[in-house]
Amino acid sequence: METIELTYPAKRRISKHAHVGVVGSGDLEVLLEPAAEMTTQIRICTSVDGFSTTWRAVLDRFAAGYDGAARIEINDAGATPGVVSLRLAQAVEASEK
Amino acid sequence: MNSSLGRPNFLNRQSFIELNARERANVLMDVGSAREFLGPFDRIESPWLAAQGITPQADDGCVVIKGRIAGQAAVAVALEGAFQGGSIGEVSGAKMTAALEFAAEDNARGIPTSAVILLETGGVRLQEANLGLAATAEVMNAVLMLRRHAPVICLTAGTVGCFGGMGLVAGLASYVVMTREGRLGMNGAEVIQEENGIEEFDPSDRALIWAIHGGEQRQALGLVDALVEDDVNAIASAVQALIRKGVPATHRSSEIDLYRRRIQSLDPSHQWEPREFRNWWSNRLAEDRL
Repeated sequence: METIELTYPAKRRISKHAHVGVVGSGDLEVLLEPAAEMTTQIRICTSVDGFSTTWRAVLDRFAAGYDGAARIEINDAGATPGVVSLRLAQAVEASEK
Repeated sequence: MNSSLGRPNFLNRQSFIELNARERANVLMDVGSAREFLGPFDRIESPWLAAQGITPQADDGCVVIKGRIAGQAAVAVALEGAFQGGSIGEVSGAKMTAALEFAAEDNARGIPTSAVILLETGGVRLQEANLGLAATAEVMNAVLMLRRHAPVICLTAGTVGCFGGMGLVAGLASYVVMTREGRLGMNGAEVIQEENGIEEFDPSDRALIWAIHGGEQRQALGLVDALVEDDVNAIASAVQALIRKGVPATHRSSEIDLYRRRIQSLDPSHQWEPREFRNWWSNRLAEDRL
């Protein structure tokens, strides 16, 4: 198990929580909630070691299109980058509904 | 083909099995009545998994939803089969126990409250060993406490099934609801193979597994009160009907003499085939009722 923490700048406040996904094989859960600081803080807990470069690339791309001040927690059970991006998009959609 | 759109019936139904634990518990509740307790943002997760290098889940794979079913107060506790095989650990077990105990207290205070336990689980979480065993005993105790006042309905839709200590919990429920895809038992196929060899039970033989543990066989043996299609509406109506029915006159698990007599008259030297066993058992059932 490996823990990765990443922080990105944010431009706007958000008001809603969102929870999507399940920590099941090849899937992950995302907890997204408003942050006090004007940043997007992401904490990843993954069952697969040694993929921090890939995680950074996936989250860099996500942060390029997301500017909410949020605390995002990811519990991962070996999801592929595609699944991670889709779950993040789903969490953002749920929090802005 | 039945609808005006010319779609076959199975396309018109909404699968229950494809829902996760939270969605399953929610769809059983009357619209607008559901409220979750100790949800993922409360972060009551297992303190033991991360120490063993396993990613925890924020709700420990146990979802507690309070609301109303068929107009009556009810609590639904759903285990997430996709997370660690739906296993019962210290936290998930405590959540289930507390939910059932509060329901029993509400009944004692004059608020009729029934419970639906959605069991998709292999039983005790091995990483939490004794704590999981203790939790199972506590859940059983809470079911026994609650079922005197209000029905406790066990729903095993699939596809994980319900095994181990939680299989015993299912045995204590007032009513059991299953689909043909669901499985129910104590020792699962892999455990039996590990203990007694592949000649005893071949866990790669899925047809054999479902012929023994599957919902259809369990219903034929009189262990299931409603065998339903994998459809949200069908399952929700089956649960509502059982809640309206109230506490059964006799709980299945109280019929000790009946089951003891039946098991004693079984010839274990004979290799029983699932269908043959089903016929023998249901004939006995008819005789017992004479």
